[in-house]
Amino acid sequence: MKNAIRISCTRRNLKVVRDFVSGFLGSYQLSELHTNQIVLAVDEVVANLIIHGNQEDESQFLDVRVSMRNQEFGIEIEDESPTSYSPSSYKEPDLQEFVRIGKKGGVGMMLVNRIMDRVEFTTVGAHNVCRLYKKLG
Amino acid sequence: MKITQHSSENTLTLSLDGELDASSSVLLDSELNAPEILNYTKVLIDCQRLNYISSAGLGVFISHLQRFQDANVKLVFFNMQEKVHNVFEILGLDSLLTIVPSQAEAAAV
Repeated sequence: MKNAIRISCTRRNLKVVRDFVSGFLGSYQLSELHTNQIVLAVDEVVANLIIHGNQEDESQFLDVRVSMRNQEFGIEIEDESPTSYSPSSYKEPDLQEFVRIGKKGGVGMMLVNRIMDRVEFTTVGAHNVCRLYKKLG
Repeated sequence: MKITQHSSENTLTLSLDGELDASSSVLLDSELNAPEILNYTKVLIDCQRLNYISSAGLGVFISHLQRFQDANVKLVFFNMQEKVHNVFEILGLDSLLTIVPSQAEAAAV
């Protein structure tokens, strides 16, 4: 089974990563709802890295690797963008305030944090790795 | 993502077909952004063929909700698949938006 994929930084590849993750999860008898949640969390991080981290520069790439160990799903997403996400600056958004001011973005990491068990971002130089984990079953 | 429009009297129904992500949500945003949409009293979103939604799709609805409320336009979702409804629930959006099971119930809101 294919456990790794490399994509260029364009929004068109969001679907490619979603299909890759749901294909990997397909052999683990998860419910459609749980599969969708994990695919969604990955999609949110990948979208942030493509759009904000790499400004949709198609000459830049993301390396995505998935694993399953002791019934725990794990995914690593690596890139070389100069702008890295800082989880310490994250504040849970107030959705009623977002509605009032008509804000379009900003709820993606809220979904990721609520779905996954662990969310880690590390940066060494210009090398960023995001790791997401979720215990299944 | 394919969006089909159907209008009758004061109601506009948008049927969403496909996946609403950071790529395809741009299309939905431009549909909802049309000034003439505020001439309707009700905008119904048929989600039967909506197979996926990410925060980008949710963000489009969040960003237009106040504008619709200010213009007295009701925004109502119906026929939503369980896995899509679950995404609204994770954020608690199911209590901020009007989501009903069927088209008949959406028409009655």
